[in-house]
Formats: sequence, C-alpha cells, structure tokens
Amino acid sequence: MERPLTQNIIPGSAALSLDDYRKNGGYKSLGIVFKKMAPAEITNLVKASNLLGRGGAGFPTGVKWSLVPLEGDRSKPNYLVCNADEMEPGTFKDRYLLEGNPHQLIEGMIISAYAIQAEKAYIFLRWAYKKAEEILRKAIDEAYKAGYLGKNVLGSGFNLDLYVHSSAGRYICGEETALLNSLEGKRALPRTKPPFPAISGLFGRPTVVNNVETLSWISHIVRNGSDWFKGLSLTPTGGTKLFGVSGKVKNPGTWELPLGITVRELLEEHAGGMLPGHKFRGALPGGASTDFLVEEHLDVKMDFSTVAAAGSRMGTGTMIVLDDKTCPVAFVHNVERFFALESCGWCTPCREGLPWVEKMLESIEEGTGKMEYLDLLKFNAKYFGPGNTFCAHAPGAAEPLQSGLKYFYDDFVKHITDKKCPWR
Amino acid sequence: MLAEEEIKEINEEIKQYPYPAVACIDALKIVQKHRGWVSDESVKDIAQLLGISNEEVDGVATFYSRIYRKPVGRNVILVCDSVSCMIMGYESLYEYISKKLGIAFGGTSTDGRFTLLPISCLGDCDNAPAMMINNDHFNRLTADIIDELLERYK
Repeated sequence: MERPLTQNIIPGSAALSLDDYRKNGGYKSLGIVFKKMAPAEITNLVKASNLLGRGGAGFPTGVKWSLVPLEGDRSKPNYLVCNADEMEPGTFKDRYLLEGNPHQLIEGMIISAYAIQAEKAYIFLRWAYKKAEEILRKAIDEAYKAGYLGKNVLGSGFNLDLYVHSSAGRYICGEETALLNSLEGKRALPRTKPPFPAISGLFGRPTVVNNVETLSWISHIVRNGSDWFKGLSLTPTGGTKLFGVSGKVKNPGTWELPLGITVRELLEEHAGGMLPGHKFRGALPGGASTDFLVEEHLDVKMDFSTVAAAGSRMGTGTMIVLDDKTCPVAFVHNVERFFALESCGWCTPCREGLPWVEKMLESIEEGTGKMEYLDLLKFNAKYFGPGNTFCAHAPGAAEPLQSGLKYFYDDFVKHITDKKCPWR
Repeated sequence: MLAEEEIKEINEEIKQYPYPAVACIDALKIVQKHRGWVSDESVKDIAQLLGISNEEVDGVATFYSRIYRKPVGRNVILVCDSVSCMIMGYESLYEYISKKLGIAFGGTSTDGRFTLLPISCLGDCDNAPAMMINNDHFNRLTADIIDELLERYK
C-alpha cells in the first residue's frame, strides 16, 4: 500500500531535513515544472488528477486554480495561501505533515504558486502549533538559501516570497474568506461570495486558498502523473487521505490510507477497536462539524461522495468516537458550546441561535430540560442550515445537533423525564 | 509608550505588507510578547503607529482569543475542553488543577504565577487529555503529571 505523503515521516523523530527530502526525490518536481511546463499545464494536470481539497469541503483543486485569471493587471501580485489553521475539534492530521515533512509542503506551494502565477504566498498557521512554526520557518529559510524561493527561482525568472502567519486564535479563521480578512490584519469575518477569492481575494487580488494536505500532494502528482494518483484510492476519486481517530479506542492516531476504506477498517484495524469495557455508539467522521455515523454505517466507505450518501460529510477525515460510557447529550452539548463561542457574531441564526441551543442542551444535561426543547433544538438546527447564514459555521454546527437528536433521541428524552443525566 | 524594540519589530512586519494597518495582529502579538498582555495604552500606541483608530485596533484585539486585554499570570495554562478531551476526562483534570491553584477558568492565582483558561482543541486529540502551559504542549495528562508541571513553572 502506497503512502506517498507520509512514507518518509518517522513518528516521534525530527522533521525530514532538506538533504533527506532531496535524497527521496524532493524538489525534482520543481525542476520538471520550470523546464517543461507552462502554468496552465500544471493546472490541467491537477484537474485531470481529480485532487479534491483535503481541508473538508472536497472542492476540486484544479478547478479552483483554473478560476484565477493569468492575464490582466500584473502590477500587483496574485496570492497563494496555505490554510494550516486546523482548528476543527478532533482534527490533528495537518500537524503530522507540517511537523514531519515541511519541504513537501513548500515544494507543493512553489509549484502551485507558479501555476496561478502568485508571487507571494502565506502559510496561515494554527496558533497552538508552536513546534510546526519553528520547523516551517527553518525549512523556508533553507529553501531561500537553496534558491527555491526568492527572486528568479532556479533561474526560471519566477519570483516567490513565502511567509508564515501564526494565527491569534479563532476557529472562524479556517473559513477561507475570514482567513483572508485575518491576513489583512482585520477581524476574521467571512466575506460575501461572489466575488470568489480566485477573482478578488487577499488585498483584492486573485488568491487561492488550499489546505496543507492538498498542497502536499502537488509535487507527487507532477512527478508521477494523474493516472498514478487516481490509482491510489479504492474508489474512483483518487489519492490517499490522512485519517485519524480519537476517543475511547485502543490505538488513537493518524494514518495515511486509500480513500474508500470502510469506517470499520479504520476503527478496527487501525485504531485497534474500542477500549475494553467500551462499546461503539457512533462517530463524527470528519471533525466536530459533521453528522454522526452509527453502527449501521460501519461499512460505509470513507470518501467524499460515499460519506455524503450516508447522510454525513467526510470533512477532515479525523473521526471522534462516541462510546457507551460517554453521555451523547454531553457530547453534543460540548460541541455546540464550541460553535456558540466561536461564532463571529455576523449573522443572526448563528449569533443568537447557537447560544440558545447551548443553553437548552446544558439544561437538558443538568436535568432541568423540558420536552419542548427538543422541538426547539430541531427548529434551530433547521435554520442553521445552508442558505440561512453567511458562511458554513452554523450549518456545520447543525450537523452533530440534528444527527445527535436523530440517533440518540431516547437519551435526550430520558434526561428530561428522569430529570438527570443517566451517565452522572 | 511602545519600547524601541517593539517599534522596530512592528516596523519589520509592516515591510512585507501593502499598507501598515495590515500589521495590526502582528503588532498586538509583539506587544503581548513583551508585556504579557495588551493594555488600553498599548492599543492607542499601536493605533498611532499604524495610522488607524483606537477602536479599529481594539476591535481586532478583542476578536482574537489569544490576545489578552487583561493582565495574566507569569504562566498561562490552557486546558483543552473540546469534545475529544471531554471523552478522555478533561473535566476531572480541570477540577484538580482548579482546586490546587484555588482559581476557576478565567482566574489568576494570588501569587500571580498562573492564569487558568479553557481552549477549544490543541490538535492533540489522539493523546487526550491535553493542555498547554505558555508555548509548551502536554498530553495524556494525569494528576501526577499535573503535580510535576505546576512545580516546574515558577
């Protein structure tokens, strides 16, 4: 089984050095690109590979790039931004790539920047990732010294400056237009779309925002081709994916596996199954903002379309497991409290609805909830849904809420009728 | 008044941007690095340096959770209260730390040594429960580890 993204990462040891990265074929793709490929050819190659964005939304990367106008006013730069904010609760996969193989990301970013003719690039890094920040800054410094960054990269005539921006901490910064406002030194409020960032992004210039895992693929696709990439998955989508599992399992962690492995394989073979004395009740398959999957979904394939067909989203591919010793109401309450706190406050359903939901859930968990709350929770979940808010924050919050009510309804009712949490 | 070193560092950040106001978050972080938090006076100083209003700077400062607009202790403990850490028992660890330091979330110990704050996810979910003290990550926490850590940070 091929693990292109993580094969050279040794857990627990230092990040792959520039020398070791080069020994394993690193920065060869950069040579190929500057010798043989026009920017549009790279975009077409990435389009042909069907690389879907690994940040959660699964948007085709090549299509995103193709929206950037390569002609027109070039007096100001286009921008490439790597979204390394990774603040989704239960998500820790990009950290593994950032700390393990920084040059893989940098090479991917140089090629991607060339494809969209961006002369400035940023890595927008999660505040808490101090070790990753140190590793990235050192690697960027090495890349400048080696001539991969700066003026006239490898004699190609292409210029690229790459900066690290360490966030000041807010979940909404992961939303790509909020991220751009944050990079401009403002409050991280999402922007109206259209115009999309590809047309008017950072400082009003054409901008592409891609996830760490997505950008880490680019050098591999250039070197090995789109058919090779497509052959890596068990489903027709293409590629492997970093999956993770946290909760009461024997072996929590993160693994690079083909897209299309089943939930069961991920849980049992890789995460080692449940801890003794604990039973599986459900899981959020891709971070806090995804709908619960339950026992009937154990054979669902982990891929964007297949998880969607099961009523959830693959999201980031990092799964949070709910066991029978954990109260599902407390679980949902914890997640909704997070979303309520992290709402940027811009639109009403999110700013007013989320704290309302949070208070009702707290009340149910404490044994003072009323039956009418259950309908009010459903009502809120409905109005959080897509189309009623400016960005995907509240729709994301609706997912664990609506599916939690669906699959664990009896537990909610029991809290209310017994006037206490059965788990406490 | 901003110190010479602070102004120098902020000006260094301004260089990479099309206009000075973009450096607002960087400036807040630089001031906080030197002073531990951002006072009303510092907000005004940053506004003046960047050529924007005090309100704009304060709007940014109060938006971001890792900018402190009140003084904090010499060490800031950030206990992860996200769902993976909840499943793995952060609540009892929080109660243990809280009892030991005599402060709840948001509080600073009377000796000014520790401020205790919640944080939503540190990306340590596979090694939960997790927390940070200043810039250092700790995970798979137990009461014994907490005892040792509270001793270590003076």
